Amino acid sequence: MAYLKEQKGEKEIREIKLTWILAAVLAVLSIGSLFVGVIEVNAWALASGDQEQWRIFLVSRLPRLLAILCTGAGMSTAGLMMQQLCMNKFVSPTTGATISSAQLGILLALIFMPQSTLWSRALFAFGAAIVGTWIFVWFIQRIQFKDVVMVPLVGIMFSNVVGGITSYLAYEYEMTQALSSWLTGHFSLVLRGRYEIVYLVVPMVILAFIFANHFNIVGMGKDFSQNLGVHYHLVLFMGLTIAAMITASVVVVVGTISYIGLIVPNLVTMFKGDKIRGTLVDNALFGACFVLVCDMIGRVAIRPYELPIELVVGIVGSILFIGLLLYRLKYGRGSVRLGSAALSGCGAVIRAERENLDQAEGGESA
Amino acid sequence: MLIQKLTKKYNGKAVVDSVSFEIPKGKVLSLIGPNGAGKSTVMGMISRLVARDTGMVEFKGRDIGKWKSRELSQKLAILTQSNHIQMKLTVKELVAFGRFPYSGGGITPEDQEIIHQAIAYMELEEFQDRFIDELSGGQRQRAYIAMVIAQDTEYILLDEPTNNLDIYHATNMMKTVRRLCDELGKTVVMVLHEINYAAFYSDYICAFADGKIARFGTVEEVITRENLSEIYQVDFEIQMVKGKPLAIYY
Repeated sequence: MAYLKEQKGEKEIREIKLTWILAAVLAVLSIGSLFVGVIEVNAWALASGDQEQWRIFLVSRLPRLLAILCTGAGMSTAGLMMQQLCMNKFVSPTTGATISSAQLGILLALIFMPQSTLWSRALFAFGAAIVGTWIFVWFIQRIQFKDVVMVPLVGIMFSNVVGGITSYLAYEYEMTQALSSWLTGHFSLVLRGRYEIVYLVVPMVILAFIFANHFNIVGMGKDFSQNLGVHYHLVLFMGLTIAAMITASVVVVVGTISYIGLIVPNLVTMFKGDKIRGTLVDNALFGACFVLVCDMIGRVAIRPYELPIELVVGIVGSILFIGLLLYRLKYGRGSVRLGSAALSGCGAVIRAERENLDQAEGGESA
Repeated sequence: MLIQKLTKKYNGKAVVDSVSFEIPKGKVLSLIGPNGAGKSTVMGMISRLVARDTGMVEFKGRDIGKWKSRELSQKLAILTQSNHIQMKLTVKELVAFGRFPYSGGGITPEDQEIIHQAIAYMELEEFQDRFIDELSGGQRQRAYIAMVIAQDTEYILLDEPTNNLDIYHATNMMKTVRRLCDELGKTVVMVLHEINYAAFYSDYICAFADGKIARFGTVEEVITRENLSEIYQVDFEIQMVKGKPLAIYY
């Protein structure tokens, strides 16, 4: 018994260590990213009190970093919650129609309230994202698919339908130009005064952490929740609402960033397991690191121009994910079945993503 | 626990038709019967997983619908087949969920002790940090039982606990059920397909046919050639083994 307890202690220490390592890496990357950009900003000039340098730092660099951190942590948390609540590893804000609904919400705000502020657009996006996600989950619960890959496929179809409505309305009201900035996510427009909505992610992630055990239990199914005295539908819809709010606040500020909510939780839960309490923090930290690295690549790759974050995340994310699946297929224990299912499901998701991106770019050039 | 005139209709057809019986406290009761006889539906209505059309389920003098979810989950646990989801939770994390009705989010040192005891009782110590989707069917079933033990309820409902288990694990499962009753004083109600497990390991048997109770009584009263032939519409022979009537059918 003593031996077992010792072993357990070691495991826990190792896990805490991982969290600290992630946090340290994130801190280093964050500081580094503050000094990457078209205009040279260096620490010496800041220290000597250079007004111009401080202005760039406070108006552009710092807001950008904070928006990236919120986006990475938020989208991966939203993805984790959605895949846990729906008991399906392939459900994410993209494959669950949350992002496309948020886009529709923004377009409706632009059409019906041309003078709308960022805040009222955000409200429309919240409403639409929540309703869209609810409808999707209600639908997959009614149908009860046997095959796990069917659920995200239905989600992609549903989100394309919503996206189609959005495109139609955009053409009808000549809004395609305005809409395009919400279709492909990028951080280049993140400046002080027009990104603060993304801070909403922070209380939402904290809320997710507080109710982590509730969400875990609901993820185990209706009977399991009933047994433990948890109100299944209430907690399910509360969780989905939190995920939709996080997603919508990111979409309003940054635009569509579709991959993170799918890849990051899958990567992290492969190693850490599905207990949300134990996974959430690492998941959020890893998501923030991931987006930060992708953003730096996007900023450096074709200087002085920038690649949209969506593109970089898509490329880096799929390489990482496929590499990991292949690694697991070769060396993993007991994960072969999950791996092969994930691979086939992911292929479909990747194709759909590419199509989305093509559409988005087509819209921009038009 | 008292069940009175329970009825459930699907599309106008009664699958459970005015069923009444009392669950004897501190005993093992098995619900048996052919497919579609309504035994699982009755179990579902007792545990509130299935909405009932009419009738009463009286639990400790109060209708089961009037209990608060959390209070009820400290007194009554149900384990169904659909609970068995492939999730990457460790055995310990799963068993810890059994304490949720008491402590909600946080785990107190007292909970920790109960979780530890439950794992030890089901002899799962060496697996406690393994993920449940890496365990064999029998081990996983034991992990779920350990969770129910940690939930520390007077009443335990089990829906086909031997399903998908081989003879070795199914028999051990039945022995565990007996221990839950004899050592821990639990009242166990289970739906079983295997008549001989019901006959050998229960105290009482409730046999269903066509949505009604065909027979209810002690094992000796229910497991007779005439009764079983009537309920299952197949020929039976009964043999006494270790003082229990076991059925042979072919």
